[in-house]
Amino acid sequence: MRELAASTISENVAEMCQEANFYLGEDVFDALKKSLETEESPTGKEVLKQLIENVEIARSEQIPICQDTGFAVFFVEWGQEVHLTGSTLEEAMHAGVRKGYEEGYLRKSIVDDPLYERKNTGDNTPAVIYTDIVPGDKVKIAFAPKGGGSENMSAIKMLKPSDGEEGVVDFVVNHVKAAGPNPCPPIVVGIGIGGTFDKVAVNAKKALFRKLGEPHPDETFAALEKKILDKINDLGVGPQGFGGRTFALAVHIETFPSHIASMAAAVNINCHACRHLERTI
Amino acid sequence: MEPKRIEAPLTDEVVMSLKAGDNVLINGVIYTARDAAHKKLVELMDKGEPLPIDLQGQFIYYVGPTPEKPGNAIGSAGPTTSGRMDAYTPKMLEQGMKACIGKGLRNQTVRDALIKYKGLYLAAVGGAGALLSKRITKSEVVAYPELGPEAIRRLEVKDFPATVINDAYGNDLYVEGAKEYAR
Ligand code: SF4
Repeated sequence: MRELAASTISENVAEMCQEANFYLGEDVFDALKKSLETEESPTGKEVLKQLIENVEIARSEQIPICQDTGFAVFFVEWGQEVHLTGSTLEEAMHAGVRKGYEEGYLRKSIVDDPLYERKNTGDNTPAVIYTDIVPGDKVKIAFAPKGGGSENMSAIKMLKPSDGEEGVVDFVVNHVKAAGPNPCPPIVVGIGIGGTFDKVAVNAKKALFRKLGEPHPDETFAALEKKILDKINDLGVGPQGFGGRTFALAVHIETFPSHIASMAAAVNINCHACRHLERTI
Repeated sequence: MEPKRIEAPLTDEVVMSLKAGDNVLINGVIYTARDAAHKKLVELMDKGEPLPIDLQGQFIYYVGPTPEKPGNAIGSAGPTTSGRMDAYTPKMLEQGMKACIGKGLRNQTVRDALIKYKGLYLAAVGGAGALLSKRITKSEVVAYPELGPEAIRRLEVKDFPATVINDAYGNDLYVEGAKEYAR
């Protein structure tokens, strides 16, 4: 058994909260730069230039890329040979979020009671944490600060198996079209297919954690990702919805086996500020 | 097309000279307000009580910035989704507001009110919070400090970039722009 102190988790989480908000990953930055070469609309190009400059300013001055520094979402893969000492995993992660958001001058965007009082918790906790127990003695933490504007543009649909590929494509493309400029395009589209109502939503979120430029490992689904991406960009919505050829930078699909009677589908959208990073401890 | 430099607050003449798709650089004083501040302002209007700020000719920027680092005028400060303010916008225009800056779609009621009251809806680049913070030279909270990032701030801006989405003639860049590039 490997012993791991809760404080190590907290320290890493605190650093990750800041790093993700100040330094956009190279994968997303490259995709933005590439889209500047292919964008046809002059206004669209202007927007992309501003976004690239924004990333550079954020990096050099350590200012958050976007003022919405998000709901802290984590996927943790916990090696079953690791024993945590000092506190619970949840407490350790929340201590990290608290520290990271405070010391990094990040915005605290979480309210306690979602319906009535909506009082800010003041430290951006609680985080949303998914934990998988995996073989080994390592802990992998993936983090994404998820903005509210793009999160609000999510949808789930319990399709019929007979709806087939066309059903999935129509659902996603129509949904993204309706979202239009709201989720700050260029966007990244996370799609879950299969599983239960809850599982498909988590998979749509997980899809947003994948590095841009890495297609689905199965060729058929990789082709579907490409097909949906082209259809979305053909809508002409463009950067920020001002018109252009770059509405989306990428489409990622995560699948799960399905019940014989179901074909669940979910869409979770991320904006160009598609902040995500991973650490293995 | 070169962006047009405009002064804040706005006159009707300038409002009527701008069209959907125009890029502008705003200079002068603007105010911030998002969901919670709008709710409070409209409650005061409904009760006929005075507002903490004079809305005549003003720009309202929908933003909830990050806390500023020592030495900076403001933290990251990009626009938030405007649709959440739709319910309040016609009343704000009625009280003299001339333009609002945010991102994303407005409903028909807002678009009609912009025609009726000669107003503009502009978008700043959503998610360009670091860049936009550099165009804000001064920021002070002038009302509702208890709302934290949602407090009303008075901002001094220099060449603050925005694009006209809905003008006072009923044009809509979100509709026209997409038509041009759809295939
Ligand atoms: S959708 Fe993304 S880029 Fe836009 S305001 Fe929200 S977090 Fe920022």
